[in-house]
Amino acid sequence: MSEQKQRSVDPAVLEMVEVAAARSVQTIWDRLEAQKAQCRFGRDGLCCRMCFMGPCRVTEEGKGPQQGICGATAETIVARNLLRHVAGGAAAHSDHGREIVKTLLLAAKGESKAYQIRSPGRMRALAAEFGLPLDGRSDSDVAAELAQLYLAEFGKQDGTLLNLSRAPEAQRNYWRAAGVTPRSVDREIVTGVHMTTMGVDNDPEHLLLAAARVALADGWGGSMIATDLSDVLFGEPEPLRSAANLGVLKEDHVNILVHGHEPTLSDVIAAVSRDPDIVAEANAAGAKGVNLAGICCTANEILMRHGIPIAGNFLQQELAVMTGAIDLLLVDVQCVFPALARLQECFHTKVVSTSPKAKFPGAEHIEFHEENALDCARRIVRMAIESFRRRDPAMVRIPKVHERLVAGFTTQVVFRILGGRYRPSFRPLNDGIQAGRLRGVAGVVGCNNPKFTHDQCHLAMVRELLRNDVLVVQTGCSAIACGKGGLLAPEAAAKYAGKGLQEICEAVGIPPVLHLGACVDNSRILTACAEMVKEGGIGDSFDKLPVVGAAPEWMSEKAIAIGMYFVASGISVVIGQPLPVEGSRVVVDFLTRKMRDFFGATWSFQPDPIKAAHLMIDHLDRKRAELGLPPPMYEVPYAPQVGDESLVFAAAAAPAPSAAS
Amino acid sequence: MSKQVFTQVIRGAHQWVRQAEDALAKALEQHGPDKPVGWGPQTAYFLPMSYALMGLEVRTVGDLREQVAHARELLRPVPSDELWLPYLGDGLDAGAATMLAQEVLAALRTVDGYTPPPGWQGFISDTIMRELGIQLVDGRMPGFALILGPAPTTEIAVKVVRELQKRNILVFLCANRNGKTMRDQMVEGGVFGDDAPLEECWDLYVVPVGPDTLDGIYVLNWSIRSALTYGGHKRGEARKCLDYTKRRIHAFGITFGEIPDDWYAMGAGAILMGYPVISDSPTTPEIRPTGVTVREELVVQTDYDQLVPTCIETRAVKVKVEKIDIPVGYAAAFEGERVRKEDMHVQFGYKYSPALEYLRTVEPGEIQDGKIELFGPDIDSVAPGGAMPLGLEVLVAGRKMARDFEGILERQIHRWTSHAMGFMHTGQRDQIWCRVSKKAFEAGFRLRHLGVIMHAKIHEEYGGIVDKVAVRIYTDAEQVRAKIEEARKAFAYRDDRIAGMTDESVDVFYSCTVCQSYAPDHVCVITPQRLGLCGAYNWLDGRANYEINPSGPNQPIPKGRIIDSIKGEWEGVNKFVYEHSNRKVERFCAYSLLEAPMTSCGCFECIVAILPLTNGVMVVNREFPEVTPSGMSFGELASITGGGAQTPGFVGVGRLYLSSPKFLSADGGIKRIVWMPKQLKEAIRERFQKEAQRIGEPDLLDKIATEDDARTEEEILAHLEKVNHPVLSLSPLM
Repeated sequence: MSEQKQRSVDPAVLEMVEVAAARSVQTIWDRLEAQKAQCRFGRDGLCCRMCFMGPCRVTEEGKGPQQGICGATAETIVARNLLRHVAGGAAAHSDHGREIVKTLLLAAKGESKAYQIRSPGRMRALAAEFGLPLDGRSDSDVAAELAQLYLAEFGKQDGTLLNLSRAPEAQRNYWRAAGVTPRSVDREIVTGVHMTTMGVDNDPEHLLLAAARVALADGWGGSMIATDLSDVLFGEPEPLRSAANLGVLKEDHVNILVHGHEPTLSDVIAAVSRDPDIVAEANAAGAKGVNLAGICCTANEILMRHGIPIAGNFLQQELAVMTGAIDLLLVDVQCVFPALARLQECFHTKVVSTSPKAKFPGAEHIEFHEENALDCARRIVRMAIESFRRRDPAMVRIPKVHERLVAGFTTQVVFRILGGRYRPSFRPLNDGIQAGRLRGVAGVVGCNNPKFTHDQCHLAMVRELLRNDVLVVQTGCSAIACGKGGLLAPEAAAKYAGKGLQEICEAVGIPPVLHLGACVDNSRILTACAEMVKEGGIGDSFDKLPVVGAAPEWMSEKAIAIGMYFVASGISVVIGQPLPVEGSRVVVDFLTRKMRDFFGATWSFQPDPIKAAHLMIDHLDRKRAELGLPPPMYEVPYAPQVGDESLVFAAAAAPAPSAAS
Repeated sequence: MSKQVFTQVIRGAHQWVRQAEDALAKALEQHGPDKPVGWGPQTAYFLPMSYALMGLEVRTVGDLREQVAHARELLRPVPSDELWLPYLGDGLDAGAATMLAQEVLAALRTVDGYTPPPGWQGFISDTIMRELGIQLVDGRMPGFALILGPAPTTEIAVKVVRELQKRNILVFLCANRNGKTMRDQMVEGGVFGDDAPLEECWDLYVVPVGPDTLDGIYVLNWSIRSALTYGGHKRGEARKCLDYTKRRIHAFGITFGEIPDDWYAMGAGAILMGYPVISDSPTTPEIRPTGVTVREELVVQTDYDQLVPTCIETRAVKVKVEKIDIPVGYAAAFEGERVRKEDMHVQFGYKYSPALEYLRTVEPGEIQDGKIELFGPDIDSVAPGGAMPLGLEVLVAGRKMARDFEGILERQIHRWTSHAMGFMHTGQRDQIWCRVSKKAFEAGFRLRHLGVIMHAKIHEEYGGIVDKVAVRIYTDAEQVRAKIEEARKAFAYRDDRIAGMTDESVDVFYSCTVCQSYAPDHVCVITPQRLGLCGAYNWLDGRANYEINPSGPNQPIPKGRIIDSIKGEWEGVNKFVYEHSNRKVERFCAYSLLEAPMTSCGCFECIVAILPLTNGVMVVNREFPEVTPSGMSFGELASITGGGAQTPGFVGVGRLYLSSPKFLSADGGIKRIVWMPKQLKEAIRERFQKEAQRIGEPDLLDKIATEDDARTEEEILAHLEKVNHPVLSLSPLM
């Protein structure tokens, strides 16, 4: 029992872990146990498998060899491996972005009934931003041209990424000076991977700057395109209510669980599952209807736009199946355990893979193409209804645990909720920071990792930030963790937030933690920061803003890419377990110190969530002091650190006297 | 709890919109859609609120349908008890819906030929808006208050109104409780009689608008018109209009008693316009975070002694209680006042007599605070219509006083003296021109009263740095001339302090918006090498004044990225000028006469004007009384140069700028100067020579034509050829 307590802080998870044990079903924690002790060379980035003279493993000093067979030193190997990870992460987000662009093109041409441009306003705003002519043109005409323009962002051979124009000038100057202005998405990834192959680039700093460039192509390219065009295609999110955790599964409904990252099919499934014919079929099978719920970022995408509830985050994917109540598990790409298909041996759940990019032995593969989305979706939902007939009620065990939440925040939504339709504005947010009601803004994002007690780091870190008057914005599995922890409900402000943050939440009617969407939607943090800079008064570049990022339970290469584009954009990032770079002091030094000279921001590694939160708050305080802002308006549990000489705050903001005294 | 506030706001807005829908349906049934509606000739802005926010031109009952439909569309449900969605934006939308619905209701009254009850104003016409609006916009009238009453007692009502009156704040009264109104309380308290004509109420700054809550819309749709008239914003430019009222109209609302839903809804409309609401009810929840309004949105003050000060602090209204013991009225409202020749008792300066104002620092032991001395005869010694010399010397002492501040305090003399009714003041230093009206003279105004004003105002505004003030007034011509000589050394010292600095050597410039009182879009950008066009403020003065008064008219302007170093264009400067010129001036080139030149208020020492035929420019100083080669006199030139508009080819400058390496450096610099009055030539000779030598044209000043050489462009051209003026070798100016 005590061991299980360390697995998660989520009661639903703890309950299901017991169920798994009772049914002798393997879980991720069992498999982690089987891997112990994990390879330290791999952990520290010192294992090189770039060519097959090896594999080689080296150390920086001490006993073993200090060079690989080709002569590569620890710093080269570590930097090369990191660049490959960044390329992997960037590839994932960007390939996702590309699919969305292609879907937009399809919708514009009217070649698929399933997709329409749900937000023509947003589409035209984007077209206007990039200088496309609008007058007298139909939406589909403009959208087709816009899609072509975006498609070129992936493969163009000249120029640089269009979205970079959204970044403050200071950031663009940093990039120019460091030689990392991204050109096109695919090119940076290909060049990056090329640089890591046997016998190409050996200079650690050069490799790491290349990693920054690849990451920027993700954040300002692939990811940002995915976000913007998902808003165009599937509709702009608006604040809405929903719920999270396994308790959202319904015993008397057909339960379809969607899992992965791409919303293109799930969005259609959401519509089809409410189709009266389908509901009638479900009724005929003895179910009251079709209940859709999600895991990971596919869940976040359809939560943001349809309020579809969330069953859980990354570490709950197997547990959801183990409830015995999932009739069909639909997976697309990214973060899907291969172990899921094997669960079909123990549970009636039908596992269906759909992406041409991802097949799972044992799962039924129904290849999804945007052109046939409606047919595909109907077929899958009908399979789920069939599967429901085979469900064994004796095996059903749904934990009665869920929390209600409010989601659906975007950069555009912030404008509206702060000023209404007539005065859309970031001013109240900037004012809140300037006056010291808000100490700053923290983006807490990222995955779960079984090496850490599930969700514990997210919740502990976010609660610590809230009580110290830091507004938190979230995406991905971290947002789901806090949703399950009750922090995404507006009532959480009174319970968890410090006085200043409470006043802001109270004035606007928001939760103290804002859910911005899926992990590609980390790009919303970039656009929101750009608006904060534009509104003025809290720094004219990202690296001056009292803003900080964190990924306390990260596990994916995508998290490395995200962290890297944040740091390269001037936003410092604190992560839980260190990057796989500890085998080289040069690389660690570059990431945690020297990157400041290039980009104005750095990485930090701190597994303890409270200590990490304090690192983040120190960073915000330092930025406040540099800007000449006052200290926090109200007393906070973690006060600005006296003795830190860089912390000289301006006097508290008070009505200016008419003359000096 | 803002949630409670916005719940009531949204609930109230639903009521207003429903009322408007019902009233419109009834009117359509009774009168049909073509029946005219609105305030006819009283306003050129149709229904001003929908005209500004939606761009509508409502003429008939039928036209109101769009306004009502839009109000309905703006409404959202009230926030839920649990798991509520963000309500601030919805609440502000409800405020907009309320104002639009109220305006429909008020307009529908006109269909039946409505006249307000006796003693109530009702709709406020454009004429009244023009008369009072400018004072509100430029800050002379520090603001207005819309009071929803009655107050708990007549004593409180009178006390609050008196406190506001004392501060020149215009007060509007509306609403009632059980038929009791603030107007009744004004009558009971003797503020005005029950039969007082409305003109008297306007004069008293206490205007009963109407006995119903709805009547408050007359005030809101009056103040939105200022954005259209003075802001120059177009119909439908809602965001610009609302930003304008937020920035420029220092208004606030006061509510007495517990706030009902319909008041709350109107309050949200006021907040949307940037006007905070101050409530006396302890049950009102406060909204303190800022951003929608400049400071707090909704504040409670239960102590009636503190009610008005709280209003003033919350709206950041800049007011002073003025008790200056002089026999004429003293208020900001008199600043723009002109004393015409036929109304004048006496004048000082300009071409009529030597005159000077001069402020200097002395040791505390040297003066006695409040001592005012007159050396020479007073103004009763001259025949009406005459002129006298005047030397106004202000001596200040204070532990925190610094010589760098002298120029700043001295420059305030213009504002301080011209607030006296019947005293006109223009210019600065030894260039002043003042008049005393016959009326003021007859009321007993004498020269010592200038001293009284100086003493009071310096203590009031600069009490933080000045401890003692004494004033010496000279009217003997010889003494005045001697004082001018002495002062010129101090002026030169101030001008020299800046001489070593260059525009490149600093990261920030300073703005000067002192003159926005009459040129609301004008922003002076003061750089080390280009002083303010009035000649009295240089970059150091700007910096010092910012130190003294961080929220004052001199603000630092970060230069930002350089766009064009030749023309003197910077991103930061453009941004600042755009924001502070009321979004009128988008670009600004410091060193060019032809491309996006700086705007001019009206205080300029000199005007530089293009003379196309000569390929050069002329410079004329304020003192030159004749027609210039441009075909216009200084006054005529001033009228096209001043007022805050960008007029390529014409710019107002300070004299010192004529010797700056940055003088029109984008257009060829001082080599472009082909004509100036000889008096000006002599006044600037010393400094100008240095610059002329620096650029390798030591004879330049002598090559520049004066009124003795040429009076037309053709004559100038002939002169230029005769003396081989370097302008002849410059590239074409246009």
